[in-house]
Amino acid sequence: MSRRILVGCKRVIDYAVKIRVKPDKTGVVTEGVKHSMNPFDEIALEEAIRLKEKKIASEIVVVSCGPSQCQETLRTALAMGADRGIHVEVPNPEYEGLQPLAVARILQRLSEREKIDIVILGKQAIDDDCNQTGQILSGMLDWPIGTFVSKVEVEGERINLTREIDGGLEEISVGIPCVITADLRLNEPRYATLPNIMKAKKKKLDVCKPGDLGVDITPRLIVVSVEEPPVREAGVKVEDAQSLFDVLKKEGHFN
Amino acid sequence: MSRLVRTISACKHSIIPFSPSRIYQSQHTRSHHQAITCLSDEEIMLRDTVSRFAVDKIRPLVKQMDDESHMAQSVRDGLFETGLMGIEIPEKFGGTAATFFSSIIVIEELAKVDPSVSVFCDVQNTLINNYFLRFASEHLREKFLPRLSRDLVGSFCLSEADCGSDAFALKTRADKKGDTYVLNGSKAWITNAEHAGLFLVMANVDFSKRYKGITCFVVEKDTPGLSIGKKEDKLGIRASSTCTVTLDDVKIPETNVLGDVGRGYKYAIDTLNEGRIGIGAQMIGLAQGAFDNTIPYLHERKAFGSPIADFQSMQHQRAEVAINIEAARLLTYNAARLKEANLPFIKEAAMAKYFSSVVAANTTSKCVEWLGGIGFTKDFPVEKFYRDCKIGAIYEGTSNIQLNTIAKILDTNYKA
Repeated sequence: MSRRILVGCKRVIDYAVKIRVKPDKTGVVTEGVKHSMNPFDEIALEEAIRLKEKKIASEIVVVSCGPSQCQETLRTALAMGADRGIHVEVPNPEYEGLQPLAVARILQRLSEREKIDIVILGKQAIDDDCNQTGQILSGMLDWPIGTFVSKVEVEGERINLTREIDGGLEEISVGIPCVITADLRLNEPRYATLPNIMKAKKKKLDVCKPGDLGVDITPRLIVVSVEEPPVREAGVKVEDAQSLFDVLKKEGHFN
Repeated sequence: MSRLVRTISACKHSIIPFSPSRIYQSQHTRSHHQAITCLSDEEIMLRDTVSRFAVDKIRPLVKQMDDESHMAQSVRDGLFETGLMGIEIPEKFGGTAATFFSSIIVIEELAKVDPSVSVFCDVQNTLINNYFLRFASEHLREKFLPRLSRDLVGSFCLSEADCGSDAFALKTRADKKGDTYVLNGSKAWITNAEHAGLFLVMANVDFSKRYKGITCFVVEKDTPGLSIGKKEDKLGIRASSTCTVTLDDVKIPETNVLGDVGRGYKYAIDTLNEGRIGIGAQMIGLAQGAFDNTIPYLHERKAFGSPIADFQSMQHQRAEVAINIEAARLLTYNAARLKEANLPFIKEAAMAKYFSSVVAANTTSKCVEWLGGIGFTKDFPVEKFYRDCKIGAIYEGTSNIQLNTIAKILDTNYKA
């Protein structure tokens, strides 16, 4: 099958890094901080690679929007098993204002240009936790979508998806083309082996700008202030259930 | 003054200018200066991959492997699958096709988590694979390099019970009978011997020629007459096996001579010079690992009402240790970069190995102290680093041998 899969690979602050808010409260400190591929995007890519290994797809295109360092993220994706990369260059400070609406528009244009059959994205990025891009993209392309997916089974021209929803699992069937967003339990991503890292540098990595795709990335939302979560205060010990009830009532937890 | 430049592919600042006398010179523009610690994109990816592998696949097993003095099968398999056992082996032999410097990064990253695993990988890459790549016939390369990349562990058999630092006084003999050699002798302190499928055995073919009779033989594990002795019960790097290897009338076809007859001493000197840089990398990784496992606790642990990290005596101590780790890393990286640039590096390699082992010993000792009581227990990983570091002053040339080497090279510049 000569199906082509597009996978989004966002470069985010590494999950193990302790996040610090900038003193001017406009965002978080990113300089000198370890970055890596959004873990949900890794899962999305792993699923794409498995579909290719099962001969359900023939080519995997990975895309990342952001400053030049995004090419490192794409190289990692190529080392894991993607076939070629597209870096949509959005330098700072524009990148700080890049929002799901604009990213979805970029992915829509790329899906059309590259004749994509299946788009697989992480359900959300661990930096902004937006959980919007896949859904907006599906609307723009007018393709069906399965979000929070924990299982993918292709059957002919349809894909059976298992979704993780409140209180259980939902099974749906979508036609191809479609958009899928990956949840945590979909798979366990592989490591890029050292030989594949060395081979990745020979793979194709194209660079373009949002303007080349006819996309306006002007932010529609304004970040007013980014604050540290409140520091957790120490608890107090109470004598018995009655005094616990009294305290909770006083704090307004019972009406 | 002649210049030699080293190009790092895919690195934004791509050229390091060197002169043979080690005076850093500007090549064309300022942008061509590059910090020794500046890694190429590929080197960063290798480092991150190895770090992740070490944290996910090795760290959960470190204590158990140390307690049981055994390297888990999953770790050995994982090292091969990730391409860490054939780092410099070309692609046509199934290797990673990366550089010597990449090996150094890998060894360092592994040592941050487990120095035993690090040396398992180090010996394979800097000694065994290096021997095949540099000195072996095409026949031996084609036969063994694909297996060394895939699943074959190699062991380097030079030391004997009665000769360590004076390695070339070795007594293992190889007598030629027709087109075979018959090997007899016993090798001691052989790293990785428990899991090795291949042994590079140094033996003398003609004692009348003294060290110029030493020859390197490739001996496979199943060869009749080869036996592996009991595993040493060691102070540190316990998960890495160390055994005696005995050769009793082991018959080896002459095609299994690695390189030329009588050149074994030369190969050993050349290879061990590079190997020292590997041990330097192991020691800086070890020191960094101990440090990283200690500092967060200092910010949590309170005494006299404030975190102990805030006391000036603690600030100054850890700053000094950090300086030494950085200095050891610079020495090690620079020795590796010199080697890759085909510039003289023997003195620098000895300096890197010596200093890194001193720094590792001092760092781990301090870390145990800073952690106090828990640092002294096996519930915290730091006491293991404290035990593991001691080998750094012993193997691949003791500290005294390193100092001899450094002084000897220094003297050539000053003696009339």
